[in-house]
Amino acid sequence: MDMIINPTVVELSRLQFALTALYHFLFVPLTLGLTFILATMETIYVVTKKPIYKEMTQFWGKLFGINFALGVATGLTMEFEFGTNWSMYSHFVGDIFGTPLAIEGLMAFFMESTFVGVMFFGWDRISPKAHLVVTYLVALGSNLSALWILIANGFMQDPRGGTFDPNTMRMQFTSFVGLIFNPDAQAKFVHTSIAGFVTGSMFVMAVSAYYLLNKRHRDLALRSFRIASIFGVISTVGVITLGDALGYIDAHSQPTKLAAMEAIWETSPNPVSAPWNLIAIPDQSAQKNVFEIGIPYVLTPLLTHSETEVIPGILQLEQDAKPKIENGIKAMIALKAYNADHNDTAALATFKQYENDMGYGFLAKEFAPNQDLAKVDASNLPSVLDKTAKATIPNVWVEFWAFRLMVAAGFAMLALFAFTSYYSLKNQIERHPLLLKLALWSVVLPWVACEFGWITAENGRQPWTVYGWLPTFVSASSHSVGYMIFSLIGFVLLYSSFIIAELYLMFKFARLGPQEHHGHGHDEGAAVGGGMAGKPAFAKPSLDRR
Amino acid sequence: MDAYVYLKVLWWLLLGVLLMGLAIMVGMDMGVGALMRFVGKNDAERRTALNIVGPHWDGNQVWFILGGGAIFAAFPSLYATSFSVFYIVMILLLFSMIMRPVAFEYRSKVPSDRWRANWDWAFLISGALPMIIYGAAIGNILEGVGFHFGWDGQYYQTESFLSYLLNPFAILCGVLALSMALYQGAAMLMIRGSDPIYSRAKKIGSAAGLLSAVLFIAGGFWVSGMSGYVLHNADAAMPANISAAQNVSREVGAWLRNYGNMPVLWLVPALGVLGMVAGSLAMRAGKAALAWWLGALAWIGTLGTVGVSMFPFLMPSSDNPAQSITVWNGTGSAYNLVWMTIFTVIFVPTILSYTTWCFRVMRGKVKSPAAQDDHAY
Repeated sequence: MDMIINPTVVELSRLQFALTALYHFLFVPLTLGLTFILATMETIYVVTKKPIYKEMTQFWGKLFGINFALGVATGLTMEFEFGTNWSMYSHFVGDIFGTPLAIEGLMAFFMESTFVGVMFFGWDRISPKAHLVVTYLVALGSNLSALWILIANGFMQDPRGGTFDPNTMRMQFTSFVGLIFNPDAQAKFVHTSIAGFVTGSMFVMAVSAYYLLNKRHRDLALRSFRIASIFGVISTVGVITLGDALGYIDAHSQPTKLAAMEAIWETSPNPVSAPWNLIAIPDQSAQKNVFEIGIPYVLTPLLTHSETEVIPGILQLEQDAKPKIENGIKAMIALKAYNADHNDTAALATFKQYENDMGYGFLAKEFAPNQDLAKVDASNLPSVLDKTAKATIPNVWVEFWAFRLMVAAGFAMLALFAFTSYYSLKNQIERHPLLLKLALWSVVLPWVACEFGWITAENGRQPWTVYGWLPTFVSASSHSVGYMIFSLIGFVLLYSSFIIAELYLMFKFARLGPQEHHGHGHDEGAAVGGGMAGKPAFAKPSLDRR
Repeated sequence: MDAYVYLKVLWWLLLGVLLMGLAIMVGMDMGVGALMRFVGKNDAERRTALNIVGPHWDGNQVWFILGGGAIFAAFPSLYATSFSVFYIVMILLLFSMIMRPVAFEYRSKVPSDRWRANWDWAFLISGALPMIIYGAAIGNILEGVGFHFGWDGQYYQTESFLSYLLNPFAILCGVLALSMALYQGAAMLMIRGSDPIYSRAKKIGSAAGLLSAVLFIAGGFWVSGMSGYVLHNADAAMPANISAAQNVSREVGAWLRNYGNMPVLWLVPALGVLGMVAGSLAMRAGKAALAWWLGALAWIGTLGTVGVSMFPFLMPSSDNPAQSITVWNGTGSAYNLVWMTIFTVIFVPTILSYTTWCFRVMRGKVKSPAAQDDHAY
């Protein structure tokens, strides 16, 4: 008998993974972006030998360190959770999905983590040039790390490089090239790492704006502001371009995600004039938008980069899924028979005939009587097909609005960076306190964009963990509800205390600012007794001494 | 013999190397974390102790992450099953593991006694608990774990986490692992520390070395009377399918069969005992670096003993021994193992060389850091 899957456990596992992943990604983008900004500042220091750039590198490096620790710590959770909570998933695709994770450790994470120690502590032990190389290796390591993680993620979105093997009952790795040159992975890597640069730029710009508004650390703040705003404007253009490319790729590999992202229920009879929904209130049970404001002639060129390509609507996608579901049920029944008796060549032949649709059979399990596909017969087939077909569509409301929030945050930042870099280059930024205030308060925007970007990507992948092959519903480990509640409460308590400590330290050190010593290098023993509280955060800023 | 069989055995060996690397390097840092409250009586001493592993704990921790990734890829079903059957224990391990990086970065950033005392407790818990769990998990695996698989590969769990925790043999293994980690941490504190940390570490470390030897030998006798598993008619070249039945029986003393067939294997546990006893003596004689390497040897001997006793089993199932995870049914595909081998051959030497460079750059005795020093923990 097959195991009866408890939907509550699946939902709790999803909730835990989503929360821990989103939490992890609070820290990752800043690490990705700040490393390169640090490397840039240190390059200027090595080339010009001006101590102010060393001071800048060390100051931003300290904030980087506070953030880095939590990125590493919460990344461990992600690595564990596939095994602890997604056992069936890990077993089913570990042969392909585990490999980029292992390579990430070997090639990237080791490099980043080993050199970060020297980056923090090695200032006096190696030459400035050697230290610069170390900083670049940390930056390279963290971005390579993102590459391999996103290659793994790309496999979940658009499984390439492997195929199901009925003799091992799992997906097996068949093409390394197919795995790493997956278009989804490539576009998403660039999109994500540049999103990190945007985050780093916005962070540095906002903290610098704070100093400029308070007339403190003027020299450091002006220089940092300029580097960040230029970095920011270039990166934001890049992130939007790659986001567009990613949408184009999804249009072909994940039509259900795209239809949900744009809340398109009906296939438009005329692709040229099809409207693009600026605002919509989708109602999934009624299978339509309760309210929508559309702009005609925009949809097709925006998503397909053509005038005529038809974008299938959700209702059509559901109908298209039904024959696949029927075939998939046949495939799963044949697979079970073959698994019980490897001499059953008839079963193997039937399975081979329908194997490309087996994932849809897996998906139907949730809706079959007693979750047993063998109990699907002529009387209940139409209802199983109907429920399963509707389940192939992700939550449209979440998808539509998460996507719009990400895009809105992205364009808002583009506008902001355009103005700040312009005035910064003209050396007029201090004459625009309103712009500085806007730059300060916009510090949350990159995080809004990153988090909602991930919600768009992963909510849109539902109901699959591996698109078209393995449904989320069957992927989870068969824990009890009690186990899940225990771990969820633990995560909430631990992560809440971490974020409080992190924000406390970030605000404390950002407000405190760099130590203004006229010399440079580090002050072993010089500041004894001064402590971190030497300059209270709320004290009136000392006059700038430069 | 089939090339796939060689690959399976190679990855079994590499799994051992990973578990050893992890135990030696991460265990050392955890030992220092757990010892910090005892070798450091005041804040300056504790900071000195932290800064002894300060520049390296992060790199060392990657052994742990790499271990997870490599087991995921090279032994997907082992990764999927072991992490899930030990769920509550694994979550506790995870919580203490993620507390550690945060404790390192945050402890000394605020000059308040209460703040620092809280993080010192975090160091103690995040040093001791994971090592106990690491050892206890291995102990449970030696005894057999309550799981089996459905036809589609989903595992079924039949034991609760309490039976994995409240289990005398597992507790013995957990204490052994903790004791070895304390020893390794003490050796590092002696290498880079000076008095009073040096002499306190020496005292605790040499005792931990001897305790480890006693526990290891006691564990060996326990295992000899335990009912182990025997795989009959092994098909080493089989497609790695965990739901396919193997011919497995449970027999008392089965974990000693490999030694009967190949007496030279007795060298492996002997190396473990040698490492512990000689290490303890070296430590007492003040030869810290030698003691460190002997501690590494002790880990190699101990984990090697577990490996050769159980071979070809990775995680035997007490529920349905025929579905035990073995080296033959638990690995990735041949294609995957080839790629994993290529990356290992390129990157492991690279990692070892730059890790060595970083240790060289940061070598030397650690002075007590200034009350405010941006470049120390």
